[in-house]
Amino acid sequence: MTPTVVLPVIIGGLYAAGVYLLLDRSLTRVLLGFLLLGNATNLLLLSTGGAAGLAPILGVAEPEEMSDPLPQALILTAIVITFGIAAFLLAIIYRSWRLVRQEVVGVDEEDRRVARRSGTDADEMDPDDLAPEDRFPAHADSLHTDRHVEELLDRHYAGIPSDDVDLPPTQGRRR
Amino acid sequence: MTTLLLLHVVAAVLAPVLVRWWGRQAFLVLALVPAAAFGWVVAQWATVTGGGEVREATPWVPALDLTITLRLDPLALAFAGLVTGVGALVLLYCARYFEPGDEGVGRFAGNLTAFAGSMLGLVLADDLLLLYVFWELTTVFSFLLIGGSGTRVAARRAAGQALVLTTAGGLAMLLGLIMIGESSGSYLLSEVAADPGGGALLVGGTVLVLVGAITKSAMVPFHFWLPAAMEAPTPVSAYLHAAAMVKAGVYLVARLAPGFADVPGWRPIVLGLGLATMLVGGYRALRQNDLKLLLAFGTVSQLGFLMVLVGAGSRELAAAGLAMTVAHALFKSTLFLTVGVIDHATGTRDLRALSGLGRRLPALAVVGGLAAASMAGLPPLLGFVGKEAAFTALWDGGLPDRTAAVTVLVVLVLGSALTAGYTARFVWGAFARKPGLAPTEPAELVHPPGPLFLAAPAVLALTGLVAGLASPLLEPLAAGYADTLPLLAAEPEELGLWHGLQPALALSAVTLLGGAALFAGRAALTRFQQRHAVGASADEGYWNTMQALDRLAVLVTGTTQRGSLPAYLGTILVVVLALPGSVLLFRAPWPGEWRAWDTPIQALVGAVVLVAAALALRIRQRLSAVLVVGVTGYGLAVLFTLQGAPDLALTQFLVETLTLVVFVLVLRKLPKDITERHRPRERAVRGVIAVAVGVFMAAVGAVALSARTAEPVSVDYPEAAYDFGGGQNIVNVTLVDIRAWDTLGEISLLVVAATGVASLVFLRRRTGTVDRLAPGQVDEQSGRRGRRAPRRQWLAASIALAPERRSVVLEVITRILFHTIVVFSVYLLFSGHNDPGGGFAGGLVAGLSLVLRYLAGGRYELGEAAPVDPGLLLGAGLLFSGGTGVVGLALGAEVLQTAILETTLPVLGDVKLVTSLFFDIGVYLIVVGLVLDVLRSLGAELDRQVEEHDPIDAAPDEVILR
Repeated sequence: MTPTVVLPVIIGGLYAAGVYLLLDRSLTRVLLGFLLLGNATNLLLLSTGGAAGLAPILGVAEPEEMSDPLPQALILTAIVITFGIAAFLLAIIYRSWRLVRQEVVGVDEEDRRVARRSGTDADEMDPDDLAPEDRFPAHADSLHTDRHVEELLDRHYAGIPSDDVDLPPTQGRRR
Repeated sequence: MTTLLLLHVVAAVLAPVLVRWWGRQAFLVLALVPAAAFGWVVAQWATVTGGGEVREATPWVPALDLTITLRLDPLALAFAGLVTGVGALVLLYCARYFEPGDEGVGRFAGNLTAFAGSMLGLVLADDLLLLYVFWELTTVFSFLLIGGSGTRVAARRAAGQALVLTTAGGLAMLLGLIMIGESSGSYLLSEVAADPGGGALLVGGTVLVLVGAITKSAMVPFHFWLPAAMEAPTPVSAYLHAAAMVKAGVYLVARLAPGFADVPGWRPIVLGLGLATMLVGGYRALRQNDLKLLLAFGTVSQLGFLMVLVGAGSRELAAAGLAMTVAHALFKSTLFLTVGVIDHATGTRDLRALSGLGRRLPALAVVGGLAAASMAGLPPLLGFVGKEAAFTALWDGGLPDRTAAVTVLVVLVLGSALTAGYTARFVWGAFARKPGLAPTEPAELVHPPGPLFLAAPAVLALTGLVAGLASPLLEPLAAGYADTLPLLAAEPEELGLWHGLQPALALSAVTLLGGAALFAGRAALTRFQQRHAVGASADEGYWNTMQALDRLAVLVTGTTQRGSLPAYLGTILVVVLALPGSVLLFRAPWPGEWRAWDTPIQALVGAVVLVAAALALRIRQRLSAVLVVGVTGYGLAVLFTLQGAPDLALTQFLVETLTLVVFVLVLRKLPKDITERHRPRERAVRGVIAVAVGVFMAAVGAVALSARTAEPVSVDYPEAAYDFGGGQNIVNVTLVDIRAWDTLGEISLLVVAATGVASLVFLRRRTGTVDRLAPGQVDEQSGRRGRRAPRRQWLAASIALAPERRSVVLEVITRILFHTIVVFSVYLLFSGHNDPGGGFAGGLVAGLSLVLRYLAGGRYELGEAAPVDPGLLLGAGLLFSGGTGVVGLALGAEVLQTAILETTLPVLGDVKLVTSLFFDIGVYLIVVGLVLDVLRSLGAELDRQVEEHDPIDAAPDEVILR
């Protein structure tokens, strides 16, 4: 099929503006960029349907004269979904503003923390740091009871809450 | 066979319930399931030993040519008998092992039963991929059983280690199985083993499959997960880590040996690792003080032994291997269960803390002693028969290479001496009276074992004795499997206790004497082992590997993720430009000819849209920026009209209006201007990326058209729409019928978005309540009576607004227009099937009418206009749409298929009802619910927060998630 000049130009322009806004740190601009990208994508989908035709309604036009109904069905739901997502983003903006008086895409603290972390403390419990008799089974020659491990953790990582729950002993026997 | 597997599944699912009802007695019922399977397996003895086999095939995924093919031949029968028999006894044992108040027993019972089923499936499976599925199932259940409730560090680590190692092996095996399957041209285990094909593919596949087998069966250098897995409760150790799961590798090697023993690499790997494992395990078992760990290292050692026997690829060693496998399962599970009883009775497993137990628990001592004798290879037990057969076979030249046979024999004798040594240490440690300790230590037995508790180990130990005496009866089974392998010696020797005075008997004596010597010199041996401790070990290697992975992850994450979202997005876009962009540039079918436009108006509208988009980049005032973006939306609607898409244009107009209103509702709470946060250079980079993406997408748009050469799928839509969908508006029929599944997914997404909006805006509650006027408030001020509409007021609740915010013009217009708009929206809904409109457009129009009421009368007016919870509308809509599909299914049609009902009514004349209308009603309700939810959250709730001065500072102990 033969493309028009006009539609690709509009599509490209909308995409360019949308991407520029999307790369901003202000959430409002990100949202505006998102809307522009949504519009651009809908237009792109429609333009792939081929040349303009008559409305795809029987009785109004013959099937040969109609524009392609399939992209239209896809776009129709996309329009409404874009509205839903835009409302969702607005709610995010509002919540961020209300709670911390900011509406920007901040720096991800978690990422920065990982980036700062040195490679060596990747595993919080390095068996190499433990005394040989304190290591986990298969490191030493006897199985340890839970108490040993808990004491060990306490000794090495005092103050850091353990994610292990202290279980009550089951009838004084250990497995 | 399929029935038996299903029975296990049912039992596993029911197990937690049964345990809740009957406590630990539920294990007695659960034991019936493997017991029934055992009964069935034994009943097939005559068929299978007579040279036949039992085979079942159930289609599973016909498209992939996958069938559940199960097959019972002599080898499978031996393993299936072990898996089911030991399984039943271990479950029986569990009924006394657990105390009535123990936690997590229900889950444990379910996992153990499910494991038994998976293991049975593994040994019965005849399809390579099915085998793999069961293989991984056993890994997963093993993980769950070792990890237990997941509250202990050591158990979690052991479980994770076992999972990582065996899954890594399993993945290698999957690759290998596929390579083997491709090389041999069949995915049936029986056919593959008979004719494996040849070439590099086969060699590579074989090595990979062996990796799976050696990790699963804890061969060196992956042996260390097995002792660590002793964190699991003792029944698990007895069943998974002695009798069943660790035998999976042995089973696989035994299964493949007939066709694969001569593949290059097979014998060096299997024999070399097997022998090394036997020595390492035996050596380490000799210094263990924990009885369970002693047995665990003993198991490692014995698995190496078994691997050598079944992997050697000769008839005589294979027969010995099968006998030895049965013997090992019997004695090792007995010993583990014995340790469980000791642990239960005394509260310890440390052999330095036990003394004189043999006198106090004589029955247990006899049971344990019998099993230990079998392990050491004493006549007349089955362990002796197996070992004797192995020695004879090697003496007679059970390997193609004579030197190899001698080497293997020497190492096996050495390993067997170690076995005898740690067996003596076990018996002495568990039952003997020790000089350094009080004659009875610990002084008091916490929990003397009852008869039922001892039943399982006793039965297993006695089976070992009876099977040893009656070993010739096992010969048909062993021969049935072993005859598939080549006979290397002059004549096969049958299984039996007494073959006369021959070299193997002398070798057995040597092993026993060696064991006795090791036991006698145990003090010196311990000192030696301590002095010559090996610095590096395989488990250190494992931890170091895992740590290196962790470090690498931190390094990669730290260098690539710097925390800036624009930077990430920019990276993604640059990659898009680099990869698909270059493909587009060099490979795409560029259009040969261009048209300027479909109509000149397109260019006009396009210019407006582009100017608006460019303005949106520069404008810093929030509201103005939103307005110009809105212009692009309206422009788009015009373009839709020009393109011949009235439905889209209608929807786009409505949505654009709604979006503007919602934006204004929120932006009035934000500062007027957007703060510029970017340096000029950043803006320049953004600009370059943006322009490049724009050009790229424009090119995509052009190329997409010229690339269209095939007939579009939608060419039949017009006909289908009328004939099957019963409508003339093809777009609408596409939405509610032809592609109704899509629409169902999309409206579900709307429900999620609406719920998300509400949950973000309401800080302290999940959703809001409907704001209604208090009855007295209305009656006094407006003179309204009962439920009738107010006569003195234009609107029901605008009275609640502050006077300066009210506008009489707006109130009058709203009063006049509201009902008209609602009726129009319903008209759009019903007419949408034949004319522009439909559920989406109708819902949006109805939503706009609610917007009007809210804007004119405030939040109470919204409550009066739509006194329902938005969630109710959303849910009802989803129910309508989904229900349409289900009803169609119930009536025998396909899901979401449309039915057309036509009838003639007296007044209305011909009425044609298309069932997809109900689907559209669901869409309508969901769209109204979405708009209502947005209005109630972003409109009414924001008003309320301002009016009631809702504090945003959280109370000290209050947590508001950001």
